[in-house]
Amino acid sequence: MLIKYFSWIREGVGKAEESLAKPSSVTTVSDLLDHLSGVSEQHSVALKERVFIKVAVNQVHAGHDAVIGDEDEIAIFPPVTGG
Amino acid sequence: MASISVQSNDFDISEEIVALKKGNNEVGAIVTFTGTVRDVGGTLKTMTLEHYPGMTEKELERIAAVAEARWPLLGCRIIHRYGALKPGDNIVLVVTLSAHRGAAFKAAEFLMDYLKSNAPFWKKEQTGKDNSWVSSKQSDASALDKWEK
Repeated sequence: MLIKYFSWIREGVGKAEESLAKPSSVTTVSDLLDHLSGVSEQHSVALKERVFIKVAVNQVHAGHDAVIGDEDEIAIFPPVTGG
Repeated sequence: MASISVQSNDFDISEEIVALKKGNNEVGAIVTFTGTVRDVGGTLKTMTLEHYPGMTEKELERIAAVAEARWPLLGCRIIHRYGALKPGDNIVLVVTLSAHRGAAFKAAEFLMDYLKSNAPFWKKEQTGKDNSWVSSKQSDASALDKWEK
């Protein structure tokens, strides 16, 4: 799966995107956030406040309970502030 | 079918209206909304807009399609800029055309309310001293409530 980060989450993680083979422990977005939080200290800090973390699966807004697959593009970002 | 642009360069409201209305004399109402970079305390140097290429366009098209299904629009144009902007610069333009004013007014407000809460853009403000990401506002999320019926 391709993981993309935006805004202060991108800065916190220290990269704009990364590829990942879906771990067997990951079924939902929430599982993925748990997995990524264990990757590094930066990931852990950037992904800590789950209430501020929004997600899109294949470029469509999704909830933390969305089921994800190995071919999906998962974007992780804070609440949007355009307009 | 709405016309959507996500671009770094500026736009000209007059040109956009002329291009959208061209040849359509059924249009009796034109509403435009322009959002610009605010500098409240006189300290803002640059506002940088980051976005999610691909999803941004899809999301704006989705929102516009909802508006077009809900109101009898004769034209719809959305332009949103990204990149480094200065105080006073244009950020976003929404133009709606309809036969009568009600649909154009309502659709323009609807588009902006949904854009604020759904289009994947993030603003970062740079002053001389520090850089900070703009926080989302509860009032923007609450603005959607009036359309939920």
